[in-house]
Amino acid sequence: MVELYANAIVNGLLIGAIYALVATGLNIIFGVMRVVNFAHGEMVVIGMYIGYACWQLLGLPPWASVLVAMIAMFAAGYLFQRAIGNEFVDKPQHVQFVLYIGLALAITGLHAIIFGPDPRGIQSAASFATYRIGPLRIDATRLHAAAAALVIVFGLWAWLRYSLTGKAMHAAAENLTGGKAIGIRITHIFALTAGIGMACAGTAGALIAPLYDTNPYLSSEFTLTAFIIVIVGGLASLPGALVGGLLIGVSEALAAVMISPSAKSFVSYCLLLIVILVRPQGLFSARRTGR
Amino acid sequence: MSRFSRRTVLKGAAAVTSTLSMPGILRAQANTLKVGVILPLSGILSFPGIATRRGTELAIKMFADDGVKLDVVFADTESKPENGRTAAERLIRDGATVLVGAWDSGATISAAQAAEAAKVPLVVNVGSAAQITEQGFTQIFRNFPPSSEIVTKGVELFKNLPRNNGFNPKTAVVLHVNDTFGQVTGAAVKGAWEKAGVDIKILDTISYDARARDLSIEVSKAKATGADLVCPITRVNDAILIVREMIKQDYNPMGIYGPSSPGPYEKAFTDALGKYGDDYMTSVPFYDPTRAITKKVLERWSKEFSGQRFELNAGFGWESIQVVADAFKRAKATGAPELHAALKQTNIAEHPMFGGPITFDTKGQNVNIGIPLLQNQGGKPLVVAPDSIAEAKVKLPMTKWADRT
Repeated sequence: MVELYANAIVNGLLIGAIYALVATGLNIIFGVMRVVNFAHGEMVVIGMYIGYACWQLLGLPPWASVLVAMIAMFAAGYLFQRAIGNEFVDKPQHVQFVLYIGLALAITGLHAIIFGPDPRGIQSAASFATYRIGPLRIDATRLHAAAAALVIVFGLWAWLRYSLTGKAMHAAAENLTGGKAIGIRITHIFALTAGIGMACAGTAGALIAPLYDTNPYLSSEFTLTAFIIVIVGGLASLPGALVGGLLIGVSEALAAVMISPSAKSFVSYCLLLIVILVRPQGLFSARRTGR
Repeated sequence: MSRFSRRTVLKGAAAVTSTLSMPGILRAQANTLKVGVILPLSGILSFPGIATRRGTELAIKMFADDGVKLDVVFADTESKPENGRTAAERLIRDGATVLVGAWDSGATISAAQAAEAAKVPLVVNVGSAAQITEQGFTQIFRNFPPSSEIVTKGVELFKNLPRNNGFNPKTAVVLHVNDTFGQVTGAAVKGAWEKAGVDIKILDTISYDARARDLSIEVSKAKATGADLVCPITRVNDAILIVREMIKQDYNPMGIYGPSSPGPYEKAFTDALGKYGDDYMTSVPFYDPTRAITKKVLERWSKEFSGQRFELNAGFGWESIQVVADAFKRAKATGAPELHAALKQTNIAEHPMFGGPITFDTKGQNVNIGIPLLQNQGGKPLVVAPDSIAEAKVKLPMTKWADRT
């Protein structure tokens, strides 16, 4: 029984780390632009398909497909924001919703046309590899994916904190008018933000691809999970996304063992409700959510 | 001045020409039956929906070769049950005098309401909820067994499998998806187990979220029971996840048997798992590999849909058109009442899916559908029981994951 619990907690932490990367993308876009990306789950699925295509068509190893997904999604996010997204930043929220929900539907439709509804999976010898540490049996693919996700989350956090561009993004997030006044190119910063946010989603997708088979209709689950984590962790807070991801991952795993596997989502939503009632700004709040 | 101007003559000629050509048009209309096919072609159920469409399209081509002219229009439910009714209404408005559909039980019941109101027959291709034929619909003709029957017949076959030194299970664990299908089938398995007197004790029943992307905990819990037999009631993706987790956790039961479980016979499953997909067993309605018509259908299928597998969905899609074409041939008319009368008299002995002749009882149910036992061997599903149609011998206990080469 101890073995069951220990394995559940480790599994929860590993999956939580990947969740954290997904949520980081959503959080960074909201944090800087105050725009809610309803197409975030679809971006994750694009990353999964990139991972699948790199493996299936080009025979690239998983780490290379992660790199391809990161670069491709950054470019796509940057160009989307420059071409379309920036036009909507100052629009009312309901107009932004229409844009991102439309984008989500278009991406899902496109996936269905290109890849069809069949599940697409990556299978290699490594897919079944495990590490044994005492009573723990750790899925190698999941461990690699979680480690990569954590490196990216911490790397991004350091870059945002210490680089000049990162500081400019912080400035834009804190005070848009002030940022403009000191010469920050806001359109560029917003495009960079969208690129980073979508790159996070795409990278997480490519990391997830060897774990789950891809189909066009997975996206809503990723979007919902990311929203729960962001609200639990705190809007616009990167540490919040990380802790929120790990918390949701572990609590889902423990709920599955202690109550029933069907109770996973139930526990996530209970956590969400408790946080909304007790600490509406989230565990690691940035307090202010308006610009 | 002439009594007939040039304009009058032209008008007269046009009227005579159109009158003379009318019987031809009427003849052409009577020779072509407009069929509305309702399926989930997009959304979460599009994977089996499109497989059903492939079987339907193949049958349309094959019957067209035999001179049966069907004008088939497809309507998409988008995997939403409530769209069954609107799709049926639209097809009926567009002139369909017989409907086929709707793959999932919810959409079928929804479509049946529109069919009932318009008195247009509905041939059910796939849909296993008991309510479909138990709600008093008069226009329903279901060529698919109810879920309880699939489970009961399958469990009976499984119970009679020969035991040996390596395969003598005393305990089992049931893993099932927690949607309507999974809940109903999970409960039916327990009932069928008792009814058939299976001497394998069910230690635990573990349900999981239909949207689950990770089943590691579920498999850990199943492994912790130490059960000799794992009974997963799944669709495709979750069946793949369960096997992957069993490999990772080195859980080697004597066998895996999914009663009434779709998924393991799908190409997506065997492609995703390769050698690890072998030995997995399930019992679902399937084609009879010994029949001449099945061989003919499979041969044509491989030409039309190379790379795709003809399985349950494609098979019942094919048969739905066979049922309609047969009724149309006998009715010699395209009207809904004539087709309904002909459908009631259906008796098709030669058809691809395993079972007796296709006939419909007073509730519109074909009660002659057989349930074979399938086992994946060599990367594809083979019928292993009953012996009369078996393509291969059952292989139990299953090979341990680490010993597979």
